[in-house]
Amino acid sequence: MMKLVLALIVLVALAFVPAFAGPYPLGLGIGILGYGVLATAWAMFSGPTRYISLATVAFFGLGAYTVAVLADVLPYPLVLLVAAVVGLVVALIVGLATLRLAGIYFVIFTFGLTELVRQLVTYYEVNVTRTLGRYVFLPIGPEHIYWQLLALLAATLAVAYWVSRSRIGLALRVIGDDPDVASHLGIRITRTKLTLFSISCVIMTLAGAIQAPRWTYIEPSIVFNPTTSFLVVIMALLGGPNRLFGPLLGAIPLFLLFEWLSANFPNHYSIILGLLFIAIVFVLPNGVLAAGDSLWSRLTRREARP
Amino acid sequence: MLFSAILTGLVLGGTYALVAMGLTLQYGVARIMNLAYGDIIIAASFGAFVLFTAFGVNPLLGMLLVIPAGFALSWLIYAVMLQPLARRSRDRGRLEGDSILATFGLLFVIQGVALVIFGAGFQSYSFLAVPVDILGTTIAANRLLAFVLAVVFGLGLWLMLTRTRFGTVIRAVAANPASAPLVGINVDSVARFAFALGGALAAAGGVVVSMYLTFSATMGVIFTMKALIVVIMGGVGNLMGALAAGLILGLVETLVASFIDPGLTLAATYLIFLAVLVVRPQGLFGKTAR
Repeated sequence: MMKLVLALIVLVALAFVPAFAGPYPLGLGIGILGYGVLATAWAMFSGPTRYISLATVAFFGLGAYTVAVLADVLPYPLVLLVAAVVGLVVALIVGLATLRLAGIYFVIFTFGLTELVRQLVTYYEVNVTRTLGRYVFLPIGPEHIYWQLLALLAATLAVAYWVSRSRIGLALRVIGDDPDVASHLGIRITRTKLTLFSISCVIMTLAGAIQAPRWTYIEPSIVFNPTTSFLVVIMALLGGPNRLFGPLLGAIPLFLLFEWLSANFPNHYSIILGLLFIAIVFVLPNGVLAAGDSLWSRLTRREARP
Repeated sequence: MLFSAILTGLVLGGTYALVAMGLTLQYGVARIMNLAYGDIIIAASFGAFVLFTAFGVNPLLGMLLVIPAGFALSWLIYAVMLQPLARRSRDRGRLEGDSILATFGLLFVIQGVALVIFGAGFQSYSFLAVPVDILGTTIAANRLLAFVLAVVFGLGLWLMLTRTRFGTVIRAVAANPASAPLVGINVDSVARFAFALGGALAAAGGVVVSMYLTFSATMGVIFTMKALIVVIMGGVGNLMGALAAGLILGLVETLVASFIDPGLTLAATYLIFLAVLVVRPQGLFGKTAR
């Protein structure tokens, strides 16, 4: 109960940030919230199952595109709803087709999925609507995007918390540890994975849809940029994908670091990104929080000794 | 029209088969899923490009330099970066996950270096761009040469693996890494050699590609994807499967590009990939699940 009250206080305090933050800090806040949502949603499925999904940006981009296509036609809340449904349908199709497969095939398929979606959207735009790129004009300011993302992040954390405490979360961890044991226990593997994969993907789609008004011009190469998927993976890994706040804690420093790098070292950005990625795999295979925990327990054990 | 498309498709497919053989060697023997594989290919293309445009070295001669460089670079990558990961991880799943993530980082490093040196633009050079007549269809001589080279390298690798003692050792590690030490095989060094050999094949593929395609620093990912698709379609570790799957992929891509729409070639590629994964996850020629 205390934790819940504390979380609400933090949430309300964060909601007041746009009141005194300037445009640049607000932009950073939006970026952090956006990646925080993506990384938390990614870890919800990929943390316990250890299935490395690289399709994050496919869903993110689908959300952004849905808004770009429907913003003039439907009222905004309905557009978000449609985006969520689009994300759900694609997640179900992809999930049904691939979740039965072994880990490595899943990685590779999701690796290609973004490219496939981008190709199909580009093909459709060029051949059917005869224009590549769309304009998004919505009366939505940065502070509205910030509040929506904050609400989405709170909802995502709540779902992730609920999943980690519920039967389905436990089932997912068993599947991740040993699929054979899981099937002997009578866990419906495909259905469990599909449910969580879909929840995670719908959240990613919404994150894209909410942020769409930030770009006034949208193009497949902008919203389906594969780097986003990679960033989400390292953020979640850095923080620790098996902790509730792990991915969020990974997203904050890395997002700020990447902003700084792309502003100061635009030409060497990808080299530094790559080296950082390798370093994280080598030094922190289980994430910062786990490393902190083991360090903490080592320290306390030493103190306990006479 | 149809015949010329099939011919072009076979040439492209031959290149795919060649590069896929290197990847299947790395994944099948060294157990490393190398996502930076395509970037090694592109690096070799740039190598051949520089040798040809700056020093006037014929790409065929350039291969004598670029292929050993690909071998050495991959050997080094394995020794420095991947061997510690392989030693650290007790089970195969862990190594797969770690190697995917580490080679991801490597992908960005190689691509970033190429971007700094060559920029993001497309490059190409003109080598043997003379038309040759085959059964009434004309095709550029460089494409024909690319196909011949792919066949020569593929055949050479196959002979090495099946006819030599060392080839037998490699296949033993691929088949059962746990029992190989029992007969006195040093799995560590065999894996390192196989990984380097895969890198040499990638370099060979890169030189071949540079003879007839335009390429750019950011194209590595596409080659990795295609090589992976071919490997999985053919069945992991199966050279003949890689050959057949490479040719199928090249044919389908060219046919889709010439008769349906060039914008849908990648979509076609992924569609085939997905279809194969769903129907036969072990690949067209693979043995039943691992």
